[in-house]
Amino acid sequence: MIQFDNVNKRYESGQDALGRVSLEIDRAEMVFLTGHSGAGKSTLLKLLTAIERPTRGSIIVGGQNLNRLRNSQIPYYRRNLGIVFQNHQLLFDRSVFDNVALPLSVSGCSRREVGRRARAALDKVGLLHKEKQNPIVLSGGEQQRVGIARAVVNKPALLVADEPTGNLDPKLSEEIMGLFRQFNAVGTTVLIASHDLELIARMRQRVLTLQQGQLIYDGYPSREPAY
Amino acid sequence: MTDTRAVNQRTKPPANPPERSRSAGAVTARTGVGDRFSSWTNHHREMWRESWVRFFASPMSSGMTALVIAIALALPAALQLGLTNFQKAVAAWDGQPQISVFLHKRARESAVQSFADDLRGDPLVAGVTYISPEQALAEFQQSSGLGDALLGMDSNPLPAVLLVRPRGSDTSSLEALATRLRANAMTDSVVLDMAWVQRLAQLTELGQRMSMGLALLLALGVLLVVVNSIRLHIENRRDEILVVKLVGATDAFVRRPFLYTGLVYGLVGGLIAWLLVSGGVWLLAGPVSGLANLYGSGFRLDGPGFTYLVGLAGGAALLGLTGAWLAVARHISAIQPR
Repeated sequence: MIQFDNVNKRYESGQDALGRVSLEIDRAEMVFLTGHSGAGKSTLLKLLTAIERPTRGSIIVGGQNLNRLRNSQIPYYRRNLGIVFQNHQLLFDRSVFDNVALPLSVSGCSRREVGRRARAALDKVGLLHKEKQNPIVLSGGEQQRVGIARAVVNKPALLVADEPTGNLDPKLSEEIMGLFRQFNAVGTTVLIASHDLELIARMRQRVLTLQQGQLIYDGYPSREPAY
Repeated sequence: MTDTRAVNQRTKPPANPPERSRSAGAVTARTGVGDRFSSWTNHHREMWRESWVRFFASPMSSGMTALVIAIALALPAALQLGLTNFQKAVAAWDGQPQISVFLHKRARESAVQSFADDLRGDPLVAGVTYISPEQALAEFQQSSGLGDALLGMDSNPLPAVLLVRPRGSDTSSLEALATRLRANAMTDSVVLDMAWVQRLAQLTELGQRMSMGLALLLALGVLLVVVNSIRLHIENRRDEILVVKLVGATDAFVRRPFLYTGLVYGLVGGLIAWLLVSGGVWLLAGPVSGLANLYGSGFRLDGPGFTYLVGLAGGAALLGLTGAWLAVARHISAIQPR
């Protein structure tokens, strides 16, 4: 599903954010990406979401080579991608429903289809009863669930999350992770960047660790890691 | 980390995850072409509606922008309308050159008649009309309404006049004829009406050019006003643009609401401009027709009709759209997710 081959990213400032990173993530895998801040997590996600382009090396996602992606093709690439943000990036000038429906109206679904799918996504995250509210009145956990509903409403093959539990307490974090696990269970590839090592350990999934732009660990941590 | 292995080397999972069915979840959402088209038209319709909603959601700022556009457009439109009316008013005076030869009061009528006959034989002259002082007085009384003032006078103050219609209308032959007429002992003064007509034509042309220049300058002003307003709209909706781009919106999708907003600004501005010009005509119509009556003319001021309505609204809408295009071309591509 995702293939990084010797990927190098140097920003214009001259800072090397990623150096010779190679990795492979299969379809329907659930993978955690961890590392200290500044280790290159965000850069890796930005490359994956076509916000940035690699300086060297190739990235192939779902059979599509991102190096060859023209700027005009980026929107269409992103429609097959679900992105969850730490600060959930909801729009407070419209209802929960309209926030979730946004990717559908962007990709040109019929109104009926939009209603059906947005409600299905809201139902999955357990917020169907709040569809008419403004997201600003929701709690942090609920807002993040709305963000997740918006990310999955297009039924993306790949779900990418950047610190999705960053501002949440452990119980809510667990809930959010449960949601990701559900989507993964029906075949969605899930990549989650997080520095919550405890939570990652409990999930017992594959972990990628970045340090100073290098991939220093790729594997399944043992049951009770002594971090 | 206890379990750190070599770099980039994957370890096998403790237990292979079971094969998952891919039927329900990760199927890329697809939409048919017909659906796409109807959703495209829907989006246009929605944006059209939404831009009006947004316009009236902040009536003060939108209204002021529209008013600036309206005033900027009303000025050249009014000037143009004024010129059109002026041309209509002076159309009664045809462009046929005519030389009026005012004769000395003491010239005897028989001498004048022979002078006129001489002129009729001149190859440069097409025709001569003799107006005696009595005829001139009668005409003056009739057309000026000042007859009573003249009746009070002892003698007729008006001279005899020869109206000479020249054969050619080129300036040099006209001037030659005028010089010849001036040389006659009976001639008091010679008035070349053509010069006046030409001056009028030049003045009208000047007015046309000025109104054109003003229109261009003010159209540029309108463009800048729209560019600036749309730039502010874009700035205000920056977060929305970022999110929409991240969920896969094309640039066209992002541009659309702003283009419609520019169109609406222009359209409303154009309509207000038409109302301003109509109001001005309505205010001036009374005095102008009064003035025309005093000059014995049936002239009536033409209002900005349907053509002006269509022209102003359409032109302004086009300007609004162009301004919005300029703004989005500059600013939307600059807003990229980071």
